[in-house]
Amino acid sequence: MAELDTSGGGGKKGGKVRSKKASTRIDLTAMVDLAFLLITFFIMATTLAKPKAMDTYWPDKTKKDVQLPVPESRTMTVLLGNNHSIEWYVGPPGKSAPTVDHFTKTGIRKSLIDKSKEIEATHAGPDNYMIVLIKVSDKATYKDFVNIFDEISITGIKSYAVVAITPPEVELLKKDGNY
Amino acid sequence: MARIKIPRKSTAIDMTAMCDVAFLLLTFFILTAKLRQDDPLRVDVPGSSIKVNVPDVDMATILVGHGKVFFGVEGTDIRKSLLEEMGKKYNIPFSQEEIQKFSVIPTFGVPMNVLKQYINLSADEKKKYAQPGIQIDTTTNSELFNWIYQARIVTKNLHNKELRFAIKGDSHELYPEISHVIDVLQKQAVNKFSLITALNQGK
Repeated sequence: MAELDTSGGGGKKGGKVRSKKASTRIDLTAMVDLAFLLITFFIMATTLAKPKAMDTYWPDKTKKDVQLPVPESRTMTVLLGNNHSIEWYVGPPGKSAPTVDHFTKTGIRKSLIDKSKEIEATHAGPDNYMIVLIKVSDKATYKDFVNIFDEISITGIKSYAVVAITPPEVELLKKDGNY
Repeated sequence: MARIKIPRKSTAIDMTAMCDVAFLLLTFFILTAKLRQDDPLRVDVPGSSIKVNVPDVDMATILVGHGKVFFGVEGTDIRKSLLEEMGKKYNIPFSQEEIQKFSVIPTFGVPMNVLKQYINLSADEKKKYAQPGIQIDTTTNSELFNWIYQARIVTKNLHNKELRFAIKGDSHELYPEISHVIDVLQKQAVNKFSLITALNQGK
């Protein structure tokens, strides 16, 4: 891209021969090309979507004496089965049949919010929040595990714990074909 | 009558402003860039609504997928002393050159007895090499346990900070595999750790 000389014939009228002043303008095209090339490279090479960290807190297993008894009427037990299925029940195990649920806005999220409100209304304060016990079966995937943590953080459940699943609970899952 | 001549305009555009902008952007990208590092194992990270970014320093990542476990820790200085410590523990002497080579490996999944061979492979060979994953069991003496334990000590000594842990798991990984890793962490009283997720706003 050469620049056209449009300065016209200035020095036609005779007289002294003047040396032409060189233009101070530099052709920046190549420089811009290079800059954009490098920009493109850096955009491609960098990670734009940074991974997110979901913080989880677990009970200390090394100390045996810190386990607090949990009032059963305030607990909601969530069982994770195969094929992203969930079952949950409130209260002591075996007393009420578990409800089969799924990972959607109207599924487990609504159940968590509703039950949490219900328990807060029927119990006297100040400790009247709902406790969620998460029991993950061997057939559940890591995705379900992350999803239930996500639902808990979305619904703002104050107290939760991951507990080992027991054989009767596996039986409950099996009965509904979720294991 | 002389015709009025319209002077022909130059086709050159003033590039100065464009050049300025281009270099400004370039500077921005160079400064913010953190080069993408490929994990030795491709995992499909589950989505969540969490918006907290994974920290860049004093961080260890445990990659779990397809039944294999990989371990990686941030920071070349930490990796160097970590390998020295692990060498002492397993009676495998590593040369300075090997330590240097190890310090640029972000994530690895080889048992201690073949680690030396793995370090000495060329970059191409490393990519082709099928890493078997780090040995893991329920005892307090598995290799993963020791990697985690030594990494914590080294971080405390060098940076005077608690090492943070993150588990990066594959969506389709069954829970027991993840549960093993969590058990190893809990065995040494690491009761707070992160699960790495991708941002998922569609939910």
